[in-house]
This record gives sequence, C-alpha cells and structure tokens, in this order.
Amino acid sequence: MAADTTNILIVGVGGQGTLLASRVLAQAAVDQGHDVKVSEIHGMAQRGGSVVSQVRYGPKVFSPIIKRGDADVIMAFEKLEAARYLPFLRKGGLMVINTDRIDPLPVMSGEVSYPERLEEKIAQVVPKTIKLDATGIAAGCGTSRAANIVLVGLVGRALGMPLDSLEESVRALVPEKVVAINIKALNAGWNYMDDALISMVRD
Amino acid sequence: MKTLMIGNMAIARGAYEAGVTVATAYPGTPSTEIVENISRFEGVYAEWSPNEKVALEVAFGASLGGARTLVAMKHVGVNVAADPLYTLSYTGVNGGLVLVSADDPGMHSSQNEQDNRGYGKFAKLLVIEPSDSQEALDFTRESFNLSEQYDTPVMLRVTTRLCHSQCLVQPGEKIDRPLKEYKKNEAKYVMLPGFARLRHLEVEKRMAALREYVEESPLNRIEWGDRDKGIITSGIAYQYVKEVMPEVSILKLGTVNPLPEKLIRSFAAEVKKLYVVEELEPVIEEQLKAWGIEVTGKSILPRTGEYSPELLEELLLGVPAPSGYQLGESIPGRPPLLCPGCPHRGVFYVLKRKRLTVAGDIGCYTLGALKPLGAMDSTLCMGASIGTALGMEKARGTESARKTVAVIGDSTFVHSGITPLIDAVYNQGNTTVMILDNGTTAMTGHQDHPATGRTITEEETSQLDLEALVRAIGVKRVRKVDPLRIGELEEALDEELSHNGPSVILACRPCALIDKSPKPSLYIDEDKCKGCKICIKLGCTGVYWLQEERKARINPDLCVGCGLCIEVCKFDAVLERGAN
Repeated sequence: MAADTTNILIVGVGGQGTLLASRVLAQAAVDQGHDVKVSEIHGMAQRGGSVVSQVRYGPKVFSPIIKRGDADVIMAFEKLEAARYLPFLRKGGLMVINTDRIDPLPVMSGEVSYPERLEEKIAQVVPKTIKLDATGIAAGCGTSRAANIVLVGLVGRALGMPLDSLEESVRALVPEKVVAINIKALNAGWNYMDDALISMVRD
Repeated sequence: MKTLMIGNMAIARGAYEAGVTVATAYPGTPSTEIVENISRFEGVYAEWSPNEKVALEVAFGASLGGARTLVAMKHVGVNVAADPLYTLSYTGVNGGLVLVSADDPGMHSSQNEQDNRGYGKFAKLLVIEPSDSQEALDFTRESFNLSEQYDTPVMLRVTTRLCHSQCLVQPGEKIDRPLKEYKKNEAKYVMLPGFARLRHLEVEKRMAALREYVEESPLNRIEWGDRDKGIITSGIAYQYVKEVMPEVSILKLGTVNPLPEKLIRSFAAEVKKLYVVEELEPVIEEQLKAWGIEVTGKSILPRTGEYSPELLEELLLGVPAPSGYQLGESIPGRPPLLCPGCPHRGVFYVLKRKRLTVAGDIGCYTLGALKPLGAMDSTLCMGASIGTALGMEKARGTESARKTVAVIGDSTFVHSGITPLIDAVYNQGNTTVMILDNGTTAMTGHQDHPATGRTITEEETSQLDLEALVRAIGVKRVRKVDPLRIGELEEALDEELSHNGPSVILACRPCALIDKSPKPSLYIDEDKCKGCKICIKLGCTGVYWLQEERKARINPDLCVGCGLCIEVCKFDAVLERGAN
C-alpha cells in the first residue's frame, strides 16, 4: 500500500447520491494532477440498500477498492452506515457523519431497534469525528437532496482540495438547473469546516 | 486529454474508435452502460434487443453484412445467447464481432457468479480480459482487429468491478473503416452438417493459429520483480496483486483463451513458487496443471465471492486484515427494498395475504421475496416464473394451480416469458400469470423495451401491445388492474385462480421512479392510528414506527403519496394534507 494514496470511502443508503459525491471528488482530484480510481455500485443495492463508493487518488493507484483499516476519510450519509463501515477507517482517519437517520427494514418492521446515540458512540472511538446535519444544511440551501454536495465541500476542504476545483467539478457533473443550489451547498459544507475543525483534522 | 471513465464507457469508446456501426444488447447489470453509451455516438446503430439471443443474432447479421459489431450482456445473458454463440464460432465473422460478457463475482446484482471464461474453452473463442478502463478501451479496439484477422468472434470478459470503476483514460482517434463487402458463402454461413463438418476443421486450425498468436501478443506481459514468487493473473485481480505485492514477478494475461503455453512455461521456470490469482474459477490453474506445471491457486484462494486486496494480503501473505476501529455494537442489516410508491408492493402484499405459492422472476420485484412482504417461492432465471408455475401444477395437480401464481415483469415477459405462456396454453395449464407492467426495465436503470414503444435513443416506435399478444397466444381471460388498488387486485386474483384454463392479469402502473403524475402529500392522524402496524407491514420506507408512542408516522421526505397505506388502513388514519 502506497502511503501517498488518499482513500475516501463514501457510504450511505441507495438513492442518497453517493455516486455523484464520489464523482465530484474524483474529478477535483484529477484536476490536481492525481492518478484516480473510483469504484461505484450500480444495480440492485441502489434500491434502498447499503451502498458504498470509493475514491482513491495519488501518484499511481492500482486497486479501485479500499482495504479494511485503510480509509483516510469515511464520508457517511447516514449514521447506521457510518457504524457499519467504521472498521474501514484507518487509525487516525477522519469520520464525517451526516446525522440523518434512515431506518432499514429490520428496524421499520420492529424486528430490531436502531442503535441509540450512534454518532456519539462513534465519536468516543474515533478521535477525528465530525457530525453535522448535512441534510438540514442542504435544505437551507434549497434542497435536502444536496446533502451529498454539502459533505463534498466539507471533505474536500479537509483534504486540502481547492474550492474552485470542487466548484468546477460540481458544475461539470450536476444538471444545469440545479447548479446554483449545489454550488451553495458546496460552499456551506466548505464553510462548515472552520479553523477549529481544520486544525483537528490536520493534527 | 485523459478523462475519468467507467470501464463500460471505455468499452463503448473503444468500439466507437474501432469503427463499430452496429451495437446490440439486452440490459443487465453490470453490462448495461456499454451499449447505452455507444448509442450516443454518431453513426452507430444501437438497439435494445428483446433478449441476448436476439442481440447476438442481430450482431451476427450485422457482421455478415460487413459491419464491425459489438454485442453486450451480463454473464447469465450469455447463457441465453449460447445457442447462436457456439455455432457462430464455426461460421466465423465478416465484420469484426466482439461479445462483451460482464461477469459478476460477488453477485452484486445477479443470481449466480458463473465465470464465463469457461465459454471460451467450450465454444472455442478468443477471450480477452482487460484490467482497467484504459485497457478496456485499448483491448476492445484490438479485439475487432483480431476478430477479423482470425475470423473469430471475440469474447471480451469483464467483471463488475471493472465495469463500474472509473480510471483515467486516454481516448484515441476513431478509425475510418468502410463497410466490408458481403459475399454469399453458404459453405461458411449455412451450418448444415456437411458444411459444419468442414467448418469445425477450420475452427481447429484457427485455434492453432491463435495459440501461436497469444505467445507473442502484446496483450500479455511479464513484469519481472522478485523471483521468489511468480503470479499469473488477469483482469481486475491484477490490480489487487499490484496493490499488495508490488515487488513480485507477474505474468499479466490479456488473452485468457487460448493460453500462451510457452510464455507460461518460461515464466514458471524462472520463479521459485508459482501462483495463479483469478476470479473466480480455476480456468488458468487447471490448464497449467494439465500441462504438468506446479502451481498454487484455489487450494488457498476462494472460488466464491469477489476478490479484494485485503483478501490477497491475508491468504497470500498471511497478513490478517487490520481490525480497524470497532464499535462493539451489532449493526442492523440494510437489504435493498422496493422504493416508496413502488407498484409491486401492492401485488406482493396481496399475494402474501392470500398465502399463495408464487413463482417469481428476475427484476426489482424479486425483492418481494424479502421480509416483510416475503411473497415469493422461487426465482431461477429470466422468464422462468411461468414454466415453474406450470410445472408445479403438472406435479401437484389442478388444485395446486388454484393456489399458485407466476409473477413476471413487462421487460422480462418480452425477454423470455412468451414461450412458457404458449406452453401453458398449449399443454392446458391453469396457470395464473401476473405481468407486473411498470412500463420500463426498472432494475437496470429504466431502459426501454418493445412494450414501451420507444427505442434506445428514445425514438417513438411501434409499441408491443401485451394484452393483444397474450390474447393472440390463446389466453382467453386477460384483464388489467391497478396494482395499488388492493380490492381490485384481490377480486382479479380470486376470479382468475378459481377459473379453469390459463389467465393473465396485467398489473399496470408506471415505476415510481419515473411516474411524474401529481400525488397527494400524506400524513397519519395520530388520534386515529391504533398502532396495528398494518401499514408498517407494507415494508415501505415512507412509513415508520414510533416505538414509544406505538404509532406509525409518515416520513414526508420519502413518501411519494402512492396511497397504498390508505388502502390497507382499517381506521382511516392516513389522510391527504389539505384534502379535508
């Protein structure tokens, strides 16, 4: 494993826009001259199942998939999915959790209960944890559906990607009529990453 | 300039650059985006064929006509196309013909994980396997040259992880390739036994020539490193090997059938211990063993499930995967499920309530097998539902047919449900068939098909009338219902199940993801809700259960207002906002 490869694991529930988030981050990494690989999930899992997409960039990337314990960042669109993929985070890695809760079938039907205070439990284990209501922030920008781009803005800044490169990538990848809302969402995520959080991440 | 492309886009681009003018496919994950992307290039005729067999036959015709032709399908689609494929190997091609087989190790979206390299050996094809998007483009281009040079169909074998991974790709220039002349040649293209016997001799000569070619092919290469360990690998597995063992010697194969014996022997002779890393069957390994080459493969590596770098690290290097952070909490699973507003939900709710035996089929609606709906007894392959229901009746008698239903989607019915329905009529079955017509091929991402009346490029075309079709087959009792109207559905099922002779119920409502008609905003009146959970049993993410209050509530972000919960609620607790 080349230590100079950056690994981002993007996890969520089918339909939350993990694919777009991975493509925006990947394109921004390309613009900075990196070799990039992205692994996506299409098909059945997209129907409300647990989904994961993976972005890797660096001087030379071979595998498109990330090993357990090797993700520099996990970008979780939903709390339960953050917990599910936690073992993929490397020691000292960054966990970003959208505090959204989407009940999976076994919870909806009352078979099992949704674990309580998940984001707090994760924060106790992972020193670098950022919890935010990305869905709420996105709603404030015009649509809750842009939560994925809020998270992209935050993670992009945490990884030292330039804002203009992320903006360009958003413009290239989202449909024309929602560009403005998504740029707003991207900036909201970018600005959420304040100095205190930046120094926590870089620590 | 290099751009990011998923493997499937790179294959499409490679085909375009090679001068392909005809491309055919039936959608199937992970292959769908290949011909979808080709259809966007100018000067290429692309089609969604009704099924993979037809797709390959059209491709054969186009090749015969002199065009370079690509045909794409998922691994199990090749089973459907296997009949023309085996004999296409005898006829050979005129214009280059490449069949893309997209295999699915790990079964991300499939019913089995067969390894289609096996077809290469049995059908005597040149099989080529790329390991990233750049190679997907380059190898696709080269495959057309090889197909024409050796007069053979070429199978380009890819896997889900390659199809759906993006890598940087340097596109090339499109070549200018005029249509080849068509010359009648019945001895080559009419496979009567007398002609076929002669062609089989040609096939064997071709395989001998290909065995020579692969020894020198630029698609194979040796990367010398530490010679204590030598690894023979191909496809995406090569990337995993490079990731975890950058220092070893690697023979990377781009041609996986036939295999380059001399090249392999010379590599094997140079390394102390030889391994084969292949997803998934021991295709290379068994050939090496047949040649008497000592090699380690499936004795330590699995032949089930998708490979990964951590798997190789653990099994080849003995390094256990790091445990990472642990929460020490059990995390509820999140299986895929029918979307909010999905018209299939009403069907499976009713089928479960009626405790019917349900012969299922392939599509989103296969999810009706999962809890809480759990209303499916079998799913085998595309189109199997109707034959299965008929077979159960023939085994268990007419009474069992009154308790059995076959469910099949519109696209799947067109794919391979028509002939079993003919069987049910012809052989006097009492089969009740529900065609779940949501007006699209939903599971693979909403592709058109003959019954939608639109082509792959969204052009209006003749629309297959399913009702007229099933009547023409000889089904006397045909009716349409709305799958979200429970009463209508129950009545239709009661009548058709009690009736002798085959019947078809067309359950028509557009897929919730494409239905743009206005829907009401719903809420649950908590005073009226008695906590009976009947709406929860629909398995819809738009309704959730409040454990403490013992009430159901609607999630306005997810609910699309289909109204199925209004239908099932006995207390009229589900209301339309602003309706009052």
